[in-house]
Amino acid sequence: MISIENYILLTIISPLLVCILTPFLSNNIFLRDTIGPVGGVFSSWGAIEITRSVLNGEQPTIEIFEIAEGLTISFNISPLGAIFGIVASFLWVFAAIYSVGYMRGKKEKNQTRFFAFYAAAIHAALCIAYSGNLLTLFIFYEILTFSTYPLITHKQDEVAKKSGRIYMTILVGSSILFLLPAIIWVWVTTGTLEMSQNGILSGKLDPKYAPYLLMMFVFGIGKAALIPLHSWLPAAMVAPTPVSALLHAVAVVKAGVFTMLIILTNVFGIQYLADTGSSKWLIGLACITLISTSIIAIYKDDLKARLAYSTISQLSYITLGGALASSYAAQGAALHIVTHAAGKITLFFVAGAIYVGANISKISELNGQGKSMPFIFLAFFIASLSIIGVPPMGGSWSKLFLMMGAVESDYLFVIIVLCISTIMNVYYLMEIPARAFFTKKIKNIDVKIPNLMIIPTMITCLFTIILFFYIEPFKNLTLLMVGK
Amino acid sequence: MIDIFINNLPILIVTVPLMMSLFVVLVTNSYLSFLLTLATTFITFLIAILLYQEVQSYSSISYALGNWLPPLGIEYIIDHVSIIPIIIISGIGFLATLFAYKIMPSELSDSSISKTYGLWLLAISGLIGLVTTGDAFNLFVFLEISSLASVALVAMGAKQDRQALIAAYNYLIIGAVGATFYVIGVGLIYAITGTLNLADITSKLALMEDNRALIAGFGFMVVGIMVKAAVFPLHIWLPRAYAYAPSAVSILLAATATKASLYILARILFSVFLPSENIVSFTLTYIILPLSVFAMFGGTIMAIYEKDIKRLLAHSSIAQIGYITLAFSIGTKSSVAAGFIHMSNHALIKGGLFMAITSISYYIQKRVTIENLSGLGKAMPITFCCFIICSLSLAGLPLTAGFISKLYLIKSAISSEGLWLSFMILFSSALSLIYLWKMIETLWLSPLNKKDIKIKEKPVIYSSLLLITFLNIYFGLDASLIVNSSFNASNLLLGINK
Repeated sequence: MISIENYILLTIISPLLVCILTPFLSNNIFLRDTIGPVGGVFSSWGAIEITRSVLNGEQPTIEIFEIAEGLTISFNISPLGAIFGIVASFLWVFAAIYSVGYMRGKKEKNQTRFFAFYAAAIHAALCIAYSGNLLTLFIFYEILTFSTYPLITHKQDEVAKKSGRIYMTILVGSSILFLLPAIIWVWVTTGTLEMSQNGILSGKLDPKYAPYLLMMFVFGIGKAALIPLHSWLPAAMVAPTPVSALLHAVAVVKAGVFTMLIILTNVFGIQYLADTGSSKWLIGLACITLISTSIIAIYKDDLKARLAYSTISQLSYITLGGALASSYAAQGAALHIVTHAAGKITLFFVAGAIYVGANISKISELNGQGKSMPFIFLAFFIASLSIIGVPPMGGSWSKLFLMMGAVESDYLFVIIVLCISTIMNVYYLMEIPARAFFTKKIKNIDVKIPNLMIIPTMITCLFTIILFFYIEPFKNLTLLMVGK
Repeated sequence: MIDIFINNLPILIVTVPLMMSLFVVLVTNSYLSFLLTLATTFITFLIAILLYQEVQSYSSISYALGNWLPPLGIEYIIDHVSIIPIIIISGIGFLATLFAYKIMPSELSDSSISKTYGLWLLAISGLIGLVTTGDAFNLFVFLEISSLASVALVAMGAKQDRQALIAAYNYLIIGAVGATFYVIGVGLIYAITGTLNLADITSKLALMEDNRALIAGFGFMVVGIMVKAAVFPLHIWLPRAYAYAPSAVSILLAATATKASLYILARILFSVFLPSENIVSFTLTYIILPLSVFAMFGGTIMAIYEKDIKRLLAHSSIAQIGYITLAFSIGTKSSVAAGFIHMSNHALIKGGLFMAITSISYYIQKRVTIENLSGLGKAMPITFCCFIICSLSLAGLPLTAGFISKLYLIKSAISSEGLWLSFMILFSSALSLIYLWKMIETLWLSPLNKKDIKIKEKPVIYSSLLLITFLNIYFGLDASLIVNSSFNASNLLLGINK
């Protein structure tokens, strides 16, 4: 019988071990490429056990060490953290398999370094998910940024250098300038860095300052990619596709919105937000981001760029859910972390498969390619439906809850915004399978997609359907999160 | 026997390096002089640790020189406050000596090495004397000993680059002006109080109204020390001196020299002139605080536009000194503690960065500029990793020592001055990432020069670099030692009631 503390360690340390071992295995390619998925399996095992115990109403806690008085590195699993943890560790298994296929298919250089930092990023993301206080959260937030830098600049050319600069400036800049002082402000006002289920600010912070503190948090969490901090995400698309898939559709951006949600629910508290109305402006900002980036996505011809803008738009759904300050909306936001992750990772997997298999990265060149890679485009089609929110795909649940939340908190215009965005989703995502299946082929290409890339894509695609029928555990976690 | 040794520790820590410096100069063999210096700095460091333990149990040790009791005789004081710079100076002194083993011969002629080591020990002894003494005039003496030794050390760089002579001359003139200001101030204070013992001055001032002689004396003393501490805009001697001194000397000076003066500044402001609260708080709020903010931004912006790495680091030192004086200027217990925390951490950070740059220049056998760094990350992975870690520590990123100082600095700024000051601090540290990142990016992403492919890193060079980098991480993970001693220091300095 393994104690729950050890499961936490198992989940967190597996990716760290993979990161440390990878450089030593650089001579044994097979072993080096296998430990990634194996680490993912162990990590997921731990995450599942943790989720079980959270579902039983426990709150597993472990303190690692104390830096100085009042400053501890500790992990404390909240329901929302359990959700994010399970998503990140589970999808890592498939992304790890996929990335082996991708790196081999593309014959990329410096593969060892790539796999090591890939695992390091997952480690940081999982630590964010399970962090027990704001200090731990901040520390791993920064580590995540730094561990992805070598992945983004993987090609080491001028474009990569420039994108790396944008990435670092926005993410590190915003976190140092706003997130850190916001955290310390909370520390000074409440005297603690620990988060709690119902928020810690109630009765401690004068409501008239609350919008400003929230503003510092919102502009400090650059990873959530709200306008005007969104431009790092399209820039980060120079990275190899497995990075875009796992990190820039799941781990990094979800770490951003997770931080946003946990701040809104466990630092401010939904009740405090609803009473003081300090998050009203954030609803507006999220809606603006949601619509404007969808419009930009329509005009992008580069497949990965389009998906990047679509991701920004979808991330603001989650922020919106937190900002609406109603329990349904918060539930919807938390569910959207899961459903969007499954959908978006599939879309990126497809983009990478097309790039490796047919060397196509532009949407306009996809005409008629559907017959040469039918499964890949089918997967894209299904995952798109999930992102759009059509039953029986997982994405429909999160949209439903978000709309219910909008009704509950009396923001009817939010429903209209969500509808408009759905229509735009249909427009810019459906164009791709439509072009592939229903137009004439322009060029003949020999398509060779490695099986190591097709299989993970199919599995994650399947997840989007499974999530529709098997949303119960996640829904229960979100119920725990809002305290019902 | 042991008792005599233990009782005389406060004087031994000053006299051991002082005496040895005279002896080392006479040794002609450069290897032997290195060994002697290493042994001396090691013993000094051991004495410092013993003193640290003494301080933990007795809180304050007063040592009457030659058994002439204070206030008449000269008094040496080791307490929670002065032990911090003592540990920094002796510790970094030892590490820098260890590092200098291969570096010194590569930059200096064989005959001048033993002289350099002599001056090196003299500088260390002067700096330690500066922080231990409790006598205003004796302090001046040590100020001069340390300055003159440092000036001569800087001038040793002339073999590499003649600019070192100009740098040393600048340092000499400006340093002498600072020392003169200080001694004029001491004269005025002596005229009105009739004593030179710092603690005695405080008790005499308590009986006195604020008067012009006092204000003038205070002003002269503070300005004089600010010159030595390189507080903006009195810093102009520093960039050149650090840039053209022999590399090993740059490490020693960058990590220790200004720290001692900063400690004296804190001592003068918070303990010696404690009774004249109005003057002190005016100085803090209207002079030191704005100057610190200027230093933070001025130093950082100068560093961004600098191409020569040693100068770049020197400019960044000015900004970092700005953080420390800023912490003092807020004037609360937690902020002064933050100042002391940053004082220790900055010594580790700058020591590490200068060591990394020195190793790079040793390997490529050129002065290090941004262009020269191109692609070297691949050729020297260990040095590169250490450089990255120290850089991140300088920028104040988590899990490094620099993060701890920034955390406490901002916390104290928010709780007493509100948000604007903490934004200033964070904005300038975000700016510092620009120059750091420029270097890291060049090391990592630019193409490697063909000549540099053959470079092999040597354990002799990187062992002390690894050690100091390790300390940067260690004190980022377990900061309780530095944090607790700094809070002890500020509690003692500011008294219980403030």
